[in-house]
Amino acid sequence: MADSSVDARTTGTRPSTSRSFYDKEVQAILWQVVILTIVIGAGYYLYSNMQYNLEKRQIKTGFDFLSREAGFEIGESLIQYSAASTYARAFVVGIINTLYMAAIGIVLATIIGTVIGIATLSQNWLVAKLTEWYIHILRNIPVLLQIIFWYVVFLNDRFFQDARGAEPLFGDVFVTIRGIYAPIPLAHVGWTAALIAIPVAVVAVWILSAWAKRRQTLTGETFPTFWVGTAVLLGLPVIAWLAFGAPWEFESPRATRFGLRGGGRVTPEFMAVLVGLTVYTSAFIAEIVRAGILSVHKGQTEAGRALGLRDSTIMYQIILPQALRVIIPPTTSQYLNLTKNSSLAVAVGYPDLVSTGNTTLNQTGQAPEAILIMMAVYLSISLGISLFMNWYNAKIQLVER
Amino acid sequence: MMGFKRTLAVAAITAFSATSALAGASLDAVVKRGELICGVNTGLGGFSIPDSAGKWTGLDVDVCKAVAAAILKDASKVKFVPLTAQQRFTALQTGEVDILSRNTTWTLTRDTSLGLNFAGVSYYDGQGFMVPKKLNVKSAKELDGATVCVQPGTTTELNLADYFRANGMSFTPVVIEKLQEVNAAFFSGRCDVYTTDASGLASIRKNDAPNGKSEDYVILPEIISKEPLGPVVRHGDDQFFDIVKWTLNALIEAEEYGVTAANAADMAKSSKNPGVQRLLGTTPGMGKALGLDEQWALRAISAVGNYGEIWKKNIEPLGLPRGVNNLWTQGGIMYAPPAR
Repeated sequence: MADSSVDARTTGTRPSTSRSFYDKEVQAILWQVVILTIVIGAGYYLYSNMQYNLEKRQIKTGFDFLSREAGFEIGESLIQYSAASTYARAFVVGIINTLYMAAIGIVLATIIGTVIGIATLSQNWLVAKLTEWYIHILRNIPVLLQIIFWYVVFLNDRFFQDARGAEPLFGDVFVTIRGIYAPIPLAHVGWTAALIAIPVAVVAVWILSAWAKRRQTLTGETFPTFWVGTAVLLGLPVIAWLAFGAPWEFESPRATRFGLRGGGRVTPEFMAVLVGLTVYTSAFIAEIVRAGILSVHKGQTEAGRALGLRDSTIMYQIILPQALRVIIPPTTSQYLNLTKNSSLAVAVGYPDLVSTGNTTLNQTGQAPEAILIMMAVYLSISLGISLFMNWYNAKIQLVER
Repeated sequence: MMGFKRTLAVAAITAFSATSALAGASLDAVVKRGELICGVNTGLGGFSIPDSAGKWTGLDVDVCKAVAAAILKDASKVKFVPLTAQQRFTALQTGEVDILSRNTTWTLTRDTSLGLNFAGVSYYDGQGFMVPKKLNVKSAKELDGATVCVQPGTTTELNLADYFRANGMSFTPVVIEKLQEVNAAFFSGRCDVYTTDASGLASIRKNDAPNGKSEDYVILPEIISKEPLGPVVRHGDDQFFDIVKWTLNALIEAEEYGVTAANAADMAKSSKNPGVQRLLGTTPGMGKALGLDEQWALRAISAVGNYGEIWKKNIEPLGLPRGVNNLWTQGGIMYAPPAR
């Protein structure tokens, strides 16, 4: 009798193999098929419709325009570009400008946001109130408005002098309506070596901190990672620079009939977008950091104090590592927002991807292609940031042992 | 950003709209709607600019009004849609506007691969340079190293690069989409030079110079390009294209015959000139050929005046000489094919 009492489910022999329409699994699969069909169908409809209309209106299509000569100039570019370059290169200039803006913006917004976020929890009443107002005001004004506000400020002759006949602020540094001009080092192997030394130093510090951490886990001995790391970061480039002849030749901006020429230069368009994006995003990051810190139980601080640790040690060794788990996911969204918001640069004429892409679109008339390229690039950048941040997030999560 | 959004929007419309672009679709749509949608500049005095009451005036605006008078029998049935240089072609291609009358230069690429048709020339223009007087520049050849304000997506932007390359000079462009913001950038001293069509420079100098000090700015003598400006329609509706083309021609021919807004109705009755009789519908045939009634040109001329009147009203106040835009009988090149 024991045999006959075995449940059919565990033996895998069900009375009937045909599945009912009301089976949950069957319904789930059916719904997925239906939704997939709708999505593909809608996509196909849009695509074929576009093709039909483009053909009907005899609008040229295809990507062969990318290899044609662009014929327009771009105000600022980190790579060689002239009107004789191709449309493809104009796109690349825009992509690099966008990435450049996003990278600097993300770094600055993170630093400012973290400092402000911590400051809102300060015991000092004034500091806490000021930073609170910083957050409330800046994150509630649309970022486009902020960018335009800064652009108007930078172009105002009440704040900045005319570039024609400008007086230097000090040395050969000029602050004018057309931006900040400063001497830049002339190309020399010494400067190149110093530049290469920077990533080398970063890797060295990373290895050093990993070593210090392991040693501390094993022996309990601490190592002044911060100070040694800073010394390496600053020292290595300087040593490289000294080793390769310590060049000290600069190209200074010089006055011409049409304002200043030569030297290094930051344009007001770049500054307006950078300041606008950074300040706006930093307000959000500050809120995230504040929330992250508050999410760590008060008992942690009290336990740290009971052990006689200093407040800064408690913050950096106990609170922040735990808070990071709460901080990282929403901060990722802010990084993505900042990157995408950089497309607002077009409003003040900073030649980002949207700006050069729009110009290309207009000169060639090939709207779907140009828009497609822009969308693909933003998607790739955003997915790249997401992947990196997800990896970092996974790395700092609690590892249960 | 608005520009980008609009571009996206029209791209979406391209994808979604299946209905239009049949033969005669543009005209059908205009008649059915009872309104002509006309793309104009966002605010260029003399060509298209809204006054304090929101009424649009200017040469480009009058062309649209004339077309509305010809087709819809009412010059007021026009909706004006202000477009930036970057938005204009996409807006026309996707059917957001029926006609683009926005100081737009006729070029081969635009006429072909953009899928557009230029319906003649309403203004023969050329690209010039404007600089502050205090820079003491006498010729465009002295502009090596200058910072130049320009609008993106224009022929101006391309001619500018060509001109500096051809003359072995360099420049730094400041490229801003919104006309009002380029103006502000130039007048604040962000740029040394402003470049656009000579008519545009005159208009901007007169209307936008800070504190009305237009005398502080000079337009350099060099004209570096040919910029024939005219109304544009989409490919795909030849009848509508014909109507726009011949409405413009009718305005020019009316000046030749001395038909004005004031005397057009009388001349239709009393003129003994067979050319005038054909134009104004006293001798039937022209309207039928276009698929309109015979009073199409009479209405257009009565509504906005002949080409000379339009010029006097809109362009003369900018202080621009008529020059090549004079009739061919007056030493210019404004020449309408005969309406017969």
